[in-house]
Amino acid sequence: MLVMQIAQTVLAVAVAPLLTGMVRKVKARLQYRTGPSVFQPYRDLSRLFTKETVVAHNASWLFCAAPTFVFAATWVAAAQVPTISFDVALSPAAELIALFGILTSARFALALAGLDIGTSFGGIGSSREVMIASIAEPAILMLIFVLALVAGSTRLTDIAFFVASPSVGLRISLLLAFVGLAMIAIAESGRIPVDNPATHLELTMVHEAMVLEYSGRHLALIELAAALKLLFYVSLISAVFVPWGIAPSGGTFVQYIIAMTLYLFKLAVAAATLAFFEISIAKMRVFRVPHFIGAALMLVLLAALLRLVSQSF
Amino acid sequence: MIPLVPDIAHFLAGLLVLLSFVQLYQSRLPPLISIFAAQSLALATFVAWQAQIQHAPHLVITAGITLIFKVMIIPLALHGLIRSLKIHRTVETVVGIGPAMMTGMALVGLSMALMMRTSAAVDVVVREDIAFALSVVLLGLLMMVTRRNAVSQAIGFMSLENGLVLAGTGAKGMPLVVEISVAFSVLIAFIVVGIFIFRIRERFDTVDIAVLDRFRGERP
Repeated sequence: MLVMQIAQTVLAVAVAPLLTGMVRKVKARLQYRTGPSVFQPYRDLSRLFTKETVVAHNASWLFCAAPTFVFAATWVAAAQVPTISFDVALSPAAELIALFGILTSARFALALAGLDIGTSFGGIGSSREVMIASIAEPAILMLIFVLALVAGSTRLTDIAFFVASPSVGLRISLLLAFVGLAMIAIAESGRIPVDNPATHLELTMVHEAMVLEYSGRHLALIELAAALKLLFYVSLISAVFVPWGIAPSGGTFVQYIIAMTLYLFKLAVAAATLAFFEISIAKMRVFRVPHFIGAALMLVLLAALLRLVSQSF
Repeated sequence: MIPLVPDIAHFLAGLLVLLSFVQLYQSRLPPLISIFAAQSLALATFVAWQAQIQHAPHLVITAGITLIFKVMIIPLALHGLIRSLKIHRTVETVVGIGPAMMTGMALVGLSMALMMRTSAAVDVVVREDIAFALSVVLLGLLMMVTRRNAVSQAIGFMSLENGLVLAGTGAKGMPLVVEISVAFSVLIAFIVVGIFIFRIRERFDTVDIAVLDRFRGERP
């Protein structure tokens, strides 16, 4: 249904800064700070959009094109995840492999843009980002295999529909896949044990180092893309593991309202959980990140193994 | 809710295996003890659930023993122990998280393959629960092999014992006497290990097991 697709697409970009704001707010409250309002990211973005955009002298066209591409690709990926309705116009195209491919191309563009200016910070950020990607992507592929083994399809709407059906009870492979996906999501969206979105300390930053040269509307697009990426992972986890409440095809207006309310509720729960996790753990050294993602890879591998041994997992 | 009944037992058994892996991953002592407590809590829930579905009231006693000793007394005592020895901030040198996790995976695969072969006639759910129990036992052994610190070796031993209780309660008809004796042997083992840790500490000023090898002259 085209209307629902448009609604989901608009909702994704409208809610993404709110999710980031909620995470920051909860985190501030947990640290006994008042913290900015949950709508602060919207104000930041609108301010950045009106500011002058400064581009370095030796920047190529790639540097100016990358923010738009990164934003567009991340938005497309985030809009494909079923959040309100199973029956959307582009749901046949919402293959997990394609979605992660789109996200990877966005990361490729950003890594190139980090190298383009030739500053050392951009270079180190890109190299770290690619190092993380090279370990996270096998884990993601293995995760897709597990979900495909359990649900019999790599299409996201099919997986969500399958998990929502009452025939699926508690599955060990889904439990392991959930823990694995949560770890991958933390690493990929640059949250605390792997990367700190609030730091500008050269020893620790990954994503911030790549985008250090950006300003004005370029920076706004990149920040919005980062928020959308976090929203993508949260929506993905909620669509695959807690898909209850998503309206079926041909749903009534009330069902859509309920689905929307539940979705916002899930986002709030995810924001609180993420904030709690972030304040209770310290940022790890860059060279320990492979251990972290490696553990996620092992868990997902274990899920695949159990699933192959017996159908009841 | 009927189709969920075997699933919940299965799920809790899988959770025990998952927590064994988390133990393998964790190299600092205080979180390790907390994870052990969480694993014991999962075990107590599993046993209580088995008591419900097997209509075996004596399993409730087993669950109670697990809850009191392994979720409360032993973790609290261990926390006190490492704080009094001032080793609660030590980060342990593990064999390496990657190799340890890989070996753990292989052990889970091994116990699955073994159980599928040897007990083909048994009910599927029970068979897989026992395969999980064997995995927990083997992962506990792996934990004892890969760690050099006496405290984490003791935790590995008790997590191994969690696997034994899982195996004993997953199948029907284990007498209560066996369970109680197992539970108390673990408590006694804990006391022995505690004294042992204090003695090594007094003698060598460390709880690193490697010094024992040097003391016996096995390693130069």
